[in-house]
Amino acid sequence: MSALSRRSALKRLGIVLASAGTMALVAGSPRAQGQAGRIIEIEARRFRFTPNEIKIKRGEVVTLALRAVDFPHGFNLPDLSIRADLIPGQVVTVRIQAVQPGRFAFLCDNFCGEHHEEMSGTLIVDT
Amino acid sequence: MDRRNFLSLAAVGGGAVFVSGLSGCANLGGMDKAANAANANFYFVQLSDIHWGYKGPDNPDAAVTLGKAVATVNALADQPDFIVFTGDLTHTTDDGLERRRRMAEFKRIVAALKVKDVRFMPGEHDASLDRGAAFMEHFGPTHYTFDHRGVHFVALDNVSDPGAKIGDEQLAWLEADLARLDKAAPIVVLTHRPLFDLAPKWDWATRDGAKALQILTPFQNVTVFYGHIHQEHHHMTGHIAHHSSKSLIFPLPAPGSQEKRTPVPWDAAMPYRGLGFREVDTDPRKATYAITELPVVRT
Ligand SMILES: [Cu+2]
Repeated sequence: MSALSRRSALKRLGIVLASAGTMALVAGSPRAQGQAGRIIEIEARRFRFTPNEIKIKRGEVVTLALRAVDFPHGFNLPDLSIRADLIPGQVVTVRIQAVQPGRFAFLCDNFCGEHHEEMSGTLIVDT
Repeated sequence: MDRRNFLSLAAVGGGAVFVSGLSGCANLGGMDKAANAANANFYFVQLSDIHWGYKGPDNPDAAVTLGKAVATVNALADQPDFIVFTGDLTHTTDDGLERRRRMAEFKRIVAALKVKDVRFMPGEHDASLDRGAAFMEHFGPTHYTFDHRGVHFVALDNVSDPGAKIGDEQLAWLEADLARLDKAAPIVVLTHRPLFDLAPKWDWATRDGAKALQILTPFQNVTVFYGHIHQEHHHMTGHIAHHSSKSLIFPLPAPGSQEKRTPVPWDAAMPYRGLGFREVDTDPRKATYAITELPVVRT
């Protein structure tokens, strides 16, 4: 997908890219440069990511579009060295490509209240 | 004779050997004696992760566990020089008034400790929702230093920032504080979260902990005591030792050993299993710290 068509796809989804908060991280192969791939929207709300299970194929390039709706949250996927602050009103995009299969935990790492510790999820990479 | 008497006798013995090495110089011997008293062995108690206000199946005795631990500390044959609480004094609540009520209750219960030199530190449950405001109202500063019998103690705050950062300002303060010390000085760092990446997927890390370790690395005798992970754990980063403490609420699984960081279930047949606190026998001249783990209730 070209950068242009990605932008229009994001527009169709009603996403406004935050200029300051935007990230485009690539884990794995540099082949992912320039590809946005499938866009997976993730909502961060006290105390849950929706969805909290993200399934992707090994080698597939995807863009996570993360949006905090109620409180400053954090997104941390330590196994891929990816983390971002999620500020309400901004969409943070993270482009990832997982090169090995497995289950990778992610969590909210900005303390957000009574059940903050339950705010986590799993990236599942299938072969 | 209990262990403490034995240790203090051993210390006196060591001092005597040292003094005899300077025989013929009464004045120097006298000075050494004074130095030995100032740097004499002592012990302190570390309690951590009380989570006052927690209600749930993982500790159905949560309302009395702290009181029992206070009684156990008070029953120690020799009382410690001081006691430190390394954070999560209270269980978090979104309600600021309730947070203050829990802190006031906590304070009332620990006021029964016989030892009056008690140092408090915040955990993320106490401080992360209001950047330490309620904690400071009840317990004072969230980071500070003190010296005890020649050991320099630094209480570092890695919880008032909700993103688990010490922050550049506090790191600069740490660097300035340490600058005046001899590189061989015995230094103890007290903190809540691990300063190293123990299990980042469980939030068992400090985001800028590596910067603190970098500041500490030039010093030869640094030991860190922390909490947060609700279990005993020992780890070295270079020459710096890190010792986490048990909790007084519920144990957590070994770092990264399962997908979710769910508490170890309460066992009615063995209440308080996996909970406790510790004594730290300190030899300031050798910068050694002998840890003895104690249960909530001694039988
Ligand atoms: Cu959150």
